[in-house]
Amino acid sequence: MTLNEWLKGFLIMLRRNFFRFLVALTGMVALMSAPAHALVELNINKGNVEPMPIAISDFLQGELGQKISDVVAADLKRSGLFAPIDRNAFIEKISNPDAAPRFEDWKVINAQALVTGRVTQEGDGRLKAEFRLWDTFAGQQMTGQQFFTQPENWRRVAHIIADAIYERITGEKGYFDTRIVYVAESGPKTARKRQLAIMDQDGANARAVTNSNDIVLTPRFSPNKQEITYMSFEGNEPRVYLLQLETGQREVVGNFPGMTFAPRFSPDGQRVIMSLQQDGNANIYTMDLRSRTTTRLTNTAAIDTSPSYSPDGSRIVFESDRGGRQQLYVMGADGSGQTRISFGDGSYSTPVWSPRGDLIAFTKQSGGKFSIGVMKTDGSGERILTTGFHNEGPTWAPNGRVLMFFRQNAGAGGPQLYSIDLTGYNEQLVPTQGFASDPAWSPLLE
Amino acid sequence: MSRIQAPAAGRMNSIARNPVMVALFMTLAIAGCASKKNLPNSAGELGLNAATPGSQQDFTVNVGDRIFFDTDSTSIRADAQSTLDRQAQWLQKYPNYAITVEGHADERGTREYNLALGARRAAATRDYLASRGIPASRIKTISFGKEKPVAVCDDISCWSQNRRAVTVLGGAGM
Repeated sequence: MTLNEWLKGFLIMLRRNFFRFLVALTGMVALMSAPAHALVELNINKGNVEPMPIAISDFLQGELGQKISDVVAADLKRSGLFAPIDRNAFIEKISNPDAAPRFEDWKVINAQALVTGRVTQEGDGRLKAEFRLWDTFAGQQMTGQQFFTQPENWRRVAHIIADAIYERITGEKGYFDTRIVYVAESGPKTARKRQLAIMDQDGANARAVTNSNDIVLTPRFSPNKQEITYMSFEGNEPRVYLLQLETGQREVVGNFPGMTFAPRFSPDGQRVIMSLQQDGNANIYTMDLRSRTTTRLTNTAAIDTSPSYSPDGSRIVFESDRGGRQQLYVMGADGSGQTRISFGDGSYSTPVWSPRGDLIAFTKQSGGKFSIGVMKTDGSGERILTTGFHNEGPTWAPNGRVLMFFRQNAGAGGPQLYSIDLTGYNEQLVPTQGFASDPAWSPLLE
Repeated sequence: MSRIQAPAAGRMNSIARNPVMVALFMTLAIAGCASKKNLPNSAGELGLNAATPGSQQDFTVNVGDRIFFDTDSTSIRADAQSTLDRQAQWLQKYPNYAITVEGHADERGTREYNLALGARRAAATRDYLASRGIPASRIKTISFGKEKPVAVCDDISCWSQNRRAVTVLGGAGM
């Protein structure tokens, strides 16, 4: 299979046309890229795409170069779209990443693409990382970029390089230079300790951002990644909070007379939307973070919760049991036109609007099983991605290709995080030190 | 679209076919159930009757501090009504206590919905106690959703213990 053929297959799988082959050049000089190959002749009878064999040579020089190429390879492998080739199979040893490689040596081991690179230290102490992506069968360079950063950010540079490769080959934005905020859980079920923690999307660099014995739940990143909104039981007063990551400053969101929960940001970061519990009913409110004004959006004798904005901010999907059991509803951002969209067997909850705007992910309970699925925004085209004893709480990668959620297996001591492709393929455990739940994906960091 | 679901089924099958996984799964399932603890709800179960009248122990042991709910339900069952009737009588006898009603849900629901469901159960319990003469001003409510189970296993024997409203003397804290 040539790279062109692989690309065709990839396009079919995505069922989208990509003619966006502008290479985003971060800052510095770009090494010229070859023109994109023609991408035509979509064969819609082809099924799942085979991961593309790709050779990722050790970046020169030394240990850090190798560590960076390891992280690049791991990112691409976890995406399920690439199959990095074992370095022991390499014939050519790259000694000059600026020169064209011996393409024959890479074709013979079936590498459709080759990544070469170099890491050097600048006079001011910064790290300079460069890479080139080669189409081995066409014998051409596809892209080349370089980045400068502080040495401790080497993992981020690796993720940014992996994103650049992913974008150049698939035509889609990557999602590797992102973080996950989640609830880190430890201790027995009957006395569980919960802290908010942030880690890179691959599980590295995990750190706690709260440390108390209060229950903390359902964190979400603000669009600018500087704040987190979440729910805490501090002082036995369950409320929605806002946490400034830089300063550690915390505040209660709004002055509501009862429990507030299920907070999320609006896409412009100006509002927090959440539920307010009053007696047996929960209704959805927003609070404008500048003016502090609150607005009530739903008013029913039911549980209305888990709101999620469409990416353009014009609509909101939420769950309500106003019809007897939990179902998904869509309304305008002002609360107008509340319309039920889920009509399948079972109950539906925790809807999350895709960053692309075209799909809504959800948790579905049916037949004693908990599933993660997606549907179109009008409720049609439901697809279940994974089913089991307990799967809950999907969150979208910023490119809308991958979902993360938490799963508790029967008999397991606690939940863990998993990611899965939008196609339902490539389910992966996301490594965390202890138990973990309520993952929320950040936007791209760059 | 059927191809989308194929790999999930494939994974399930491959787990089921793997004897080590099955054995591990069974062991864990059994261990999980063995460790469940059903909290005593009455003096008879505990074999204790010697609590000082008017004490927390008296309330928990002789009156019963908790009621249970059916799945997804917030209605006060007949057995729960008699517990709450005893609670109301006791609270009228000892009027200095303020109370907090804690609402809880089992783990077979999503986290946010369960927070609201627990709140509904706490509110229903408060309303029942109020209807039996306990002033609402003495009663605070809080929901812990599914976050504080007392019984830990993966079947209904535990879930039914966790769908509860607990009356706590003095304030929330359990």
